[in-house]
Amino acid sequence: MTTELKQKEEVKPELTSAEHPATKYLREERLPHIWCSGCGLGSAVTSLTNAYEKLEIPIDDIGVVSGIGCTGRAAGYFETDSYHTTHGRAIPFATGLKLSNPEMNVTVFSGDGDLFAIGGNHFIHAARRNVDMTVICVNNYNFGMTGGQFGPTTPQGATATTSPYGNYEDPFNLPDLAASAGAIYVARWTSVHARRIQQAMEEALSKRGFSFVEILSPCPTGYGRKNDLGEGIDELKSYQDRTVIKHGSDPGDAEIERDPEAEIVVGKFVEDDRPTYCDVADDYLQGQ
Amino acid sequence: MSNGNKEVLTGHQVVANAMRQVEPDVVAAYPITPQSEIVEYFSQYVADGKVDSEVITVESEHSAMSACVGSAAAGARTMTATASQGLALMMEIVYIAASMRTPIVMAVANRALSGPINIHCDHSDSMAARDSGVIQLYGEDAQEAYEFTLMAQRLAESEDVLLPVMVTLDGFTLTHTAQVAELLPDRAVSDFVGEYDARYPLLDVENPTTQGPFDMPDYYFEHKLQQVDAMDNVPDRFLQVQEEFNDLSGGSYDGLFETYKMDDADYAVIILGSTAGTAKVVVDELREEGKKVGLLKPWLFRPFPAEEIKDVLLDKEAVAVLDRSLSFGSSGPLYLEVSSALSGEDTKPRLYNYTYGLGGRDIKEDQIAEVFEDLENPDLEDKMRYIGARQ
Repeated sequence: MTTELKQKEEVKPELTSAEHPATKYLREERLPHIWCSGCGLGSAVTSLTNAYEKLEIPIDDIGVVSGIGCTGRAAGYFETDSYHTTHGRAIPFATGLKLSNPEMNVTVFSGDGDLFAIGGNHFIHAARRNVDMTVICVNNYNFGMTGGQFGPTTPQGATATTSPYGNYEDPFNLPDLAASAGAIYVARWTSVHARRIQQAMEEALSKRGFSFVEILSPCPTGYGRKNDLGEGIDELKSYQDRTVIKHGSDPGDAEIERDPEAEIVVGKFVEDDRPTYCDVADDYLQGQ
Repeated sequence: MSNGNKEVLTGHQVVANAMRQVEPDVVAAYPITPQSEIVEYFSQYVADGKVDSEVITVESEHSAMSACVGSAAAGARTMTATASQGLALMMEIVYIAASMRTPIVMAVANRALSGPINIHCDHSDSMAARDSGVIQLYGEDAQEAYEFTLMAQRLAESEDVLLPVMVTLDGFTLTHTAQVAELLPDRAVSDFVGEYDARYPLLDVENPTTQGPFDMPDYYFEHKLQQVDAMDNVPDRFLQVQEEFNDLSGGSYDGLFETYKMDDADYAVIILGSTAGTAKVVVDELREEGKKVGLLKPWLFRPFPAEEIKDVLLDKEAVAVLDRSLSFGSSGPLYLEVSSALSGEDTKPRLYNYTYGLGGRDIKEDQIAEVFEDLENPDLEDKMRYIGARQ
């Protein structure tokens, strides 16, 4: 026994190690994260840290703000300035952050329930005002953290803990809502599109004004399980099969249906420019 | 209990079952830990056709309570459930519900208020609503949560009350643990709660009313006094409802609070909610050692039964009030009530305040035993003590 162990030690290869590229943006002491296996949140966080890295945004210039929910836990993992707000209030908090420090690159990273149910009012008003921030919504079609209740993005007919025989409400089409409310950049990808997400985040973070990126994510524990979507990997495969890239298309046509065969439109829907809230306020007040 | 059904059920399940048996016309709610499963179970009952109610899971608790007030004003029997931040967000409309005299029954799965964000039990959420005009009942276990939910319906809808009732149960400790509970037969409950006949339903087009309009200084004050009167009617009405409930269930409710081995006790603790159960174990153990100790557990916190509690406490040597919430800059909310009840008396027990269990911090039997030990010291300093907190 002793000999065997000794032999093992002798042949043990030297470990090679390198710092993970995301490490400098994350609080390693808070890891491992709480997210379930198969969840798309890890890809979304990695894409965001990669985007920060690529754009060479100094870590001290970044503010990450989250609300409540599975996605809401992200703020606690970022080594940047970060804030975990109460449910739904990430955007107004981020607005205050931006106004007090206009140089800061403010990212709101939260879920569909947080941003579009309890926080929906804030989303449309920040978009209307064109407050310079990037809102990243990881959409998993349900309230994951509280146990899989249906919410404002749950497709019609989908099963949830509060809709055991199917949701009969009409969901929001988030790119369409964002575009209608005045967002100057609107894109949607899924967590299978890791490089596309990163590219969209880079573009969104570079834009001045209210930019919005939706990331469709598997939620095998909450949504997937109740809707026979299999494991997280199966949902990713279905995204690969179902998505059709239509840059510049009408976001009104980007509705998501429950049918696992139905097409999901992804891509960049809006890329526009208009003066931000701070620009308008400065110009207006100077004119007075 | 005569014809009931003993089952192993969680706090969520008993409340959801009480709601099913009450069969409200409308339930409006929003998910929040540790309440969510109440509405999940209830939604399942609705979907399965076991109860004929409209459930709407709206976009926030503010909307949930707003929808409840609308529904109740229309004349519908209305219920909801929430916790912590959800109740805090509802608060604007909780005041409206009380002042509009809408008899909404709501379960509150007690959970600490942010910040820091915490999902575990304390009473900071319901205590924040103590001045809102809602009636508050605190349950020790699933059985009480179930029975209070049923009694709450009758209490809320009493002609001379017409106020919302909040039935609280300790988050996780009661909501998520399975306990033996005895449910009454569905028919017995529907007979007990009866049909709700709203007094001034908005949908009564033959007798149109305007509700919730602007009130000037010339009448606002008097309208608030009507709420005062309604609240004053609660204790008698609660006792009456208890009596009728006992007839139905074979139970033995006969007061606004429970006393446990208090008659000859020299030393007593006062505790709300599930920790009273732990305290009963301690009382039993200390009694075996020959110590004269007892427990007082208020069921009704709003309105607070000050006179009745005073009568029980006056001859005690020393009393500890254990609060599970803070009122920064003052004493604990429960202590303030008890202290106020005893004020003006020449001979009264020494009274002490302890804070315990904030944000779900566990409290154990030996810690409650230490409180009783403290009480035996006639020179015990009068200051707030924090049980089990690092200081």
